[in-house]
Amino acid sequence: MITAADLSGGDVHGDDPGTAGRFGVFGGRFVPEALIPALDEVAKVYAEAKTDPAFLSEFDHLLRTYAGRPTTITEVRRFGEAAGGARVLLKREDLTHTGAHKINNVLGQALLTRRLGKTRVIAETGAGQHGVATATACALLGLECVIYMGEVDCERQALNVARMKLLGARVVPVGNGSRTLKDAINEAFRDWVTNVDSTHYLFGTVAGPHPFPEIVRDFARIIGVEARRQVLELTGRLPDAVAAAVGGGSNAIGIFHAFIGDQDVALHGYEAAGHGVASGEHACTLTEGSVGVLHGSRTYVLQDEEGQTIESHSISAGLDYPGVGPEHAWLKDSGRATYHGITDDEAMEAFSVLARTEGIIPAIESAHALAGTLKLGRELGPEATILVNLSGRGDKDMGTAMKYFNL
Amino acid sequence: MTNLQTVFEKARADQRAALVGYLPAGFPTKDGAVAAATAMVEAGCDVIEIGLPYSDPLMDGPTIQDAVHRALTNGTRIADVLRTVEGVARTGAAVLVMTYWNPVDRYGAERFARGLADAGGAGTITPDLTPEEAGPWRECSAAAGLDTVFLVAPSSTGERIKAVTDRCSGFVYAASLMGVTGARESVSVAAEGLVKRCREHTSLPVCVGLGVGTGAQAAEVAGYADGVIVGSAFIRRLLDAPDEAAGVAGVRELAAELSAGVRG
Repeated sequence: MITAADLSGGDVHGDDPGTAGRFGVFGGRFVPEALIPALDEVAKVYAEAKTDPAFLSEFDHLLRTYAGRPTTITEVRRFGEAAGGARVLLKREDLTHTGAHKINNVLGQALLTRRLGKTRVIAETGAGQHGVATATACALLGLECVIYMGEVDCERQALNVARMKLLGARVVPVGNGSRTLKDAINEAFRDWVTNVDSTHYLFGTVAGPHPFPEIVRDFARIIGVEARRQVLELTGRLPDAVAAAVGGGSNAIGIFHAFIGDQDVALHGYEAAGHGVASGEHACTLTEGSVGVLHGSRTYVLQDEEGQTIESHSISAGLDYPGVGPEHAWLKDSGRATYHGITDDEAMEAFSVLARTEGIIPAIESAHALAGTLKLGRELGPEATILVNLSGRGDKDMGTAMKYFNL
Repeated sequence: MTNLQTVFEKARADQRAALVGYLPAGFPTKDGAVAAATAMVEAGCDVIEIGLPYSDPLMDGPTIQDAVHRALTNGTRIADVLRTVEGVARTGAAVLVMTYWNPVDRYGAERFARGLADAGGAGTITPDLTPEEAGPWRECSAAAGLDTVFLVAPSSTGERIKAVTDRCSGFVYAASLMGVTGARESVSVAAEGLVKRCREHTSLPVCVGLGVGTGAQAAEVAGYADGVIVGSAFIRRLLDAPDEAAGVAGVRELAAELSAGVRG
């Protein structure tokens, strides 16, 4: 049974964002005043819910009987051989209902939506995984659902657009700006400020204004809570390193958070380096960006010297975002986590290696963490144990893979 | 430089509301923005808001998004924004910069405040800078002699209205409705109530924006507010015109209509 402690994990290293929503100098709220009452209401209702046994019990029930939790961990020996002989353990979020870790946050926030007394849900999506998960939860709970998705993403993730429609959601293609995730978020905020009385914005990642970074983290936190227990049971000790892909950062925070207090466990986040950082076409927000404000919080941003957002690039729609959650900015600056870039080619190589050595086709997002693990394993050697968040499955990416590998 | 206090004292003496017009710098062109804003002042605008074009204008509707996109495509930079302020300030109107926070944050708050004051600007309107985050900007603005205008909305509680108006100087921007910028068929019924609620907390002038676009609407708002703010309707005239000269003429015509409106 999930507990209040599983959701927040106490105040590990001062990361309770408090009422102002700050992680060190990061986070906060930079939004039109019109949205402040709605954000306050979400924060208040969430604070009540997270210690309410009835809410926790319902969330727990949905995670077990609907999402398929706990997800297993799989030891991947043949993949480990490619990673310098390291012992590699995959946390199998790809096996959840809808095929990615996004379902955890979505079920929690869908229950919150009902508690808020709202009947309509809006969400942004990049790869479509958050959109599909949101459409799924809305179908389950009988909520009206509108998904904003950039036109570029609608095209490269057409299968997920069809899934969302089948689930009864309305998908609104966003044609302005870079026509990707960042613009879908802008459009979702515009909808929210117009329809805030009836509508909850079911934010999909650990970015955005307070309290979203905290709520999304807490609902994703179960990934690391389970994995930490499972690794201890299997190996008798904690892993040497935890690896995860970072776009907005929800799957990474989800698996990192339970390990933040374990100082001997290294935390590695892998961003999308696209065509290589030298090309300028990448999404390495933490490693190449600078501190600024985007989508309501202070964090690292890809921006020019006058604060205009620079368009990101990645072969993976889910990592193609020029911002990142403020807690990652804080983990980076405090030195607790380390972030690296993985190019499109490196990710696609790891995508193929996992498929051929283990019979598991990962999401291209997760393939960035796998590519990082291939490097990390070679650095750490055969004595090391690396826990990797396999955040999603690759079914949605077959179109991209067919083109890339000429299949 | 004309400051906001002078503008509102004069309007009050004339027993009318002030007229505030918005245009982004660099739209329709860098020079065209100065020409259009000058026409707006000549036809009766008391205050001009120069928008600082930003890549992610999440409070703006399609009309302003379109104009801002064109301004950025024209290569409009912060130096151009400040030059635009300087050009428009010569007309004798009070000139504000309306900007999302990140460009100022990145450029340097102190540097931006000094630059704006040097250009003859009177202050800023910052729609996504909440009272909780506004401390450093208020200090920089005060040091440079600039006013800081923040927004209240129909959803604002009394407590929020107090927090926002306590931090405003010059005037308070009351967003008439829950939504993004853009002209509407009618002015929201929420606007008048919001203005009244503001007056419980502040003696500053209260101006109403969002969804105002005609002389009749301006007259209606002038019945209860100290100022009427119009943006998208001006931009629409420029977007729909066959060329820049016709656009500027259209803007002048609209400013005259609105100006008659605020004069009852």
